[in-house]
Parts: sequence; structure tokens; C-alpha cells
Amino acid sequence: MAINLNLSAIAIAGQAAWRRAKPIVLRDVVLLPALGFLGIIILWWVVALLNHELMPTPAEAFVANLDYILNPFYQRGPGNLGIGWLLLASLKRVLWGFLLGAVVAIPLGFLIGMSKPAMLALNPLIQIFKPVSPLAWLPIALAIFNLADPSAIFVIFITSLWPTIINTALGVSSVSKDYLDVARVLEMNRWRRITKIILPASLPYIFTGLRISLGIAWLVIVAVEMLTGGIGIGFFVWDEWSRLNLSSVFLAVLVIGVTGLLLDFALGKIQELVTHRPRTAN
Amino acid sequence: MVKSNSVYNNAYEPSLSKPGFLEISNLVKSYPTPDSGEFVVLNGVDLTVGEDEFISVIGHSGCGKSTLLKIVAGLERATSGTVRMEGREIRKPGSDRMMIFQHYGLLPWLTVRENIRLAVDEILKDAKRSEKISIVNEHLAMVNLTAAADKYPDEISGGMKQRVGIARALAIRPKMLLMDEPFGALDALTKSKLQKQVLDIWESRKQAVMMITHDVDEAIYMSDRIVLMTNGPAATIGEVLEVPFPHPRNRQEIRETKEYFELRNHALNFLDRYFTQDE
Repeated sequence: MAINLNLSAIAIAGQAAWRRAKPIVLRDVVLLPALGFLGIIILWWVVALLNHELMPTPAEAFVANLDYILNPFYQRGPGNLGIGWLLLASLKRVLWGFLLGAVVAIPLGFLIGMSKPAMLALNPLIQIFKPVSPLAWLPIALAIFNLADPSAIFVIFITSLWPTIINTALGVSSVSKDYLDVARVLEMNRWRRITKIILPASLPYIFTGLRISLGIAWLVIVAVEMLTGGIGIGFFVWDEWSRLNLSSVFLAVLVIGVTGLLLDFALGKIQELVTHRPRTAN
Repeated sequence: MVKSNSVYNNAYEPSLSKPGFLEISNLVKSYPTPDSGEFVVLNGVDLTVGEDEFISVIGHSGCGKSTLLKIVAGLERATSGTVRMEGREIRKPGSDRMMIFQHYGLLPWLTVRENIRLAVDEILKDAKRSEKISIVNEHLAMVNLTAAADKYPDEISGGMKQRVGIARALAIRPKMLLMDEPFGALDALTKSKLQKQVLDIWESRKQAVMMITHDVDEAIYMSDRIVLMTNGPAATIGEVLEVPFPHPRNRQEIRETKEYFELRNHALNFLDRYFTQDE
């Protein structure tokens, strides 16, 4: 009953806000962004027309890609897969590497944030490894695993570590003294203090780290797949370039971009669900 | 030093009634300085608080009054001297001395109800689930927050947040309440309303309270005795004023009396004197 009332109140408030904001929303959410896209398509068109050997026009690219767009999940023999399958293969690698990275990075971040000796021992390592391009780990990974897929996952794993470790450590070490005083006055033991106070208090930081990690991981997988080959959106880009099929490269760029956006959006939604707070509140 | 008369008791006269519930004796707090000296914050504080006494501590900023409260809470350790409650020395924080924080100390990821429930879960570990629920509900009602029980701290006003802090503190039935400028972050109107609410609650179930404040009117309205601190560094108790009004108190009525004026002027003069010393 109370929930129903609340919902209807929100719905009514929402409608009122929409009525007031409608012209602005239309302009800010539809018109101006559309103008941006229009601008870049015109620029592409002009460049393509001026130097037609360099690249196809947007219309030509669209026609050339029609098969990929209409049938994202075709299977025409080994290695000849729709772009949807390629995307899923890349996503699978990224998610495995990212999840393994999070499983290692969050506890490490806690350790560094809570213990000075751990911080002193691990901080120099992190500072040295953080600026290294994750691709530099690829030969090492190939030497260890001797297989493309685990190596790609390993590189994503390494990529995902640093931002999550650093942000988790920052979040854990900057938990408000007030919250810790509450824990002390309530005589919480160490474990309760971690689970009831420090973890929830630093969740916004942890999620910031995870979102940076996932963003970089998605950047890196394309480059990794270009080097390792196999099935994946990154190798698709490289393969189509080798076949001088620039139209498909344009499509791949768009697909990679939209997927990255969706990944970040999804993680943001999970953050809202887990922290019970709107993202802006941290 | 002002001369004591019947209204103003000197700090160093031991209380004549029953032995103190909380006894602070010769408390010193100092921090080492980088040049291997020491910075003395509190120097020789002696104070006794009765088990149903409401005490206010007033002083200028930086006089160490918050440090004094934190030592009683167990959140900081004294350099020397002792704090005893019911004869036992205080060495660490405990739920028998529950804090009410200036900035509320609410956990923003928990609702109002969950904030209170967390404290109840931690302290009343053996209570049944139904008991815990009724304790939480009872204290939500006590501070008139039943309607806001499922809101998050970000969604309610400062006055409401502090009422949650008070409900949380009372819900675990501490022997003593420690309040660190509990109304310091509130606007004047909310502040006076909440002072009345807190006093009403205290009058209905008296217990030991130590409240840090820098508002003389608040101290007179609410407390039984007012502790005036000298300025830091090396602050100590300058005077202790006895507030002669019986409970339950009516703010308007006591404000009309001659004693109120005398008490207020005396306290303000004391604070002014220390204020001008600085300059």
C-alpha cells in the first residue's frame, strides 16, 4: 500500500517534471547530440568524396555492411561468423579477465588501505607496473600459457588490477573517522568492522576503480586480439583492414564504442543497486 | 578566579552526595611535538558526574573539551590520570557510554531504521528478532521518525539526522550519554526544538549525560551543572556552576528568573575573560 502510494507519487512528480522540462530535454537529449552525429557524418562524407580511394562514403559503408547489420549471428563455416559472435567472444575474454582481476584487486586494495606495512611493501610495485602498457605482458603470457585465449585473459586480468587496487585502497583508507568511531563505540570486532562499515563505506571508490578497469580492459582487448588473432572483434578489425575492407572497420569501430558505453552503463546500474545510493552521492 | 557563592560551586570541592558514577581525576592529555617536547591539551581535570546528572562542558574552541569527551568515550587515551565509571577504569570504547556525534555519525548506505538496527544488533546480541524490531520501532517513535524510517540519511534534514543519532544512542540503553556539540550543526529554530525534545526524553528516563557545547543558553536550559573550561593549551576546569532550576523545565519560565540572568552573565563573563586574554 505504502509502496503503491510512493510509486504513484513518484510517477506524478515525474510527469510534472517532464512537462516542465520537455522542451529542454528534447533539445539536450535528442537535438544537440543528433547535431553532433550529423556533423561527424558530414565530415566523413566530405573527406570520402574528396579522396574516394581513401575510404567509402557513409552510404557506401552502410550498404556494404548491410549483411553484418541484418545478420549479426550467422555461422557460415569455421571462422566465418557474424559480428555478434565476434563481439561475444571478445566480451567473454574481457569479463573473465576483469572478474579475475576484481577478485584479486579488491582484497589487495583492502590490505593496502588497512595496513601500513602492506602499503609500503606493495606501493612501489604498483607504481612501477601501473604505467606499463598491458600489451607488454602479452609475450610473457604467451610464454606461460602457449595459447592465445588464456593469454588474452591474462593480459586483461593484469589491466584490470591497477585501477581497482588503487581506488579500493584509497576508499578503504579514507573511510570517515566518524564511521570508524561508531564501529568502536559499538565494540565491533575486526571482521564486523570490515563487513559492516569499511566495505560499504568504500564501495563507491571500489566501483570507480572497477569502472576504470573495465573501460581500459575493453580498450586493450581490441589490441590484444589484433596480435593474437582468433575469433574476436579486435582481430576482425585487423582482418578487414588486411582485406582493404574499410567499410567493416568503420562498423567495428561503432560497435566497439557502443559496447564500451553499454558496459560502463551496466556497471553503473550494478553500482546503484549494490550501494543503494545514486552515483552522484559519493 | 571569581569567588564562589551559594550558586557557584568550586570545581575542586568534592560532591557531597553519593560517590560519583563517573569520576575523572587528575586527567592530563598531551601530545609529543616534533621537537621532542610535548603539547599539553588538558592539564589536571577533576570532575565527578552523578548517575542521573546532566553535565555541560563549555569552553572556547581548542580548549580540549572534545578531547575530554573522547577520553571518557574511550576513543582516546589519557596521558595520565584516570577516568572511572562505577569504579572501573575506562580504557577502551564501550556501548555503556554511547556517543552522539556532532555530525550525526550516521551510515549513509543504511536507512534510518537500519542505522538504529545496526546498533541494536551489535549490542543486544542475545535479544530475539521480534524484541529487536520492537526496540527499534519504539525508539523511532520516541524521536517522531516513524514516518521517515525507511529514508536514507541523505534524504532527511539535519535535525532529523540528529534525532536518528539520539534514537540510536538510546536504543542500546547506555549507562551514560556523551554528546559532542549535538546541536552545533543545526539552525536556531531546529536547535531549540530538538533541545526540548532531548530534555523531555532525559526527564522521562534520567541517566548520566555529558554534553559538550559552546552555547551558554543551551547549557543552562538543559543541564544540572555547567563545567567552564579555561583556554588551551593546558586547559583545565575553571569553574563549575550549579544550575538551580528543578526539572521538568520550561524554557520561558526559567528565562524570566533572576538566577537565569546571573548564571548566564557569570558564564559569559568567564568566557569573555578568557577570550580577551588571547588578544
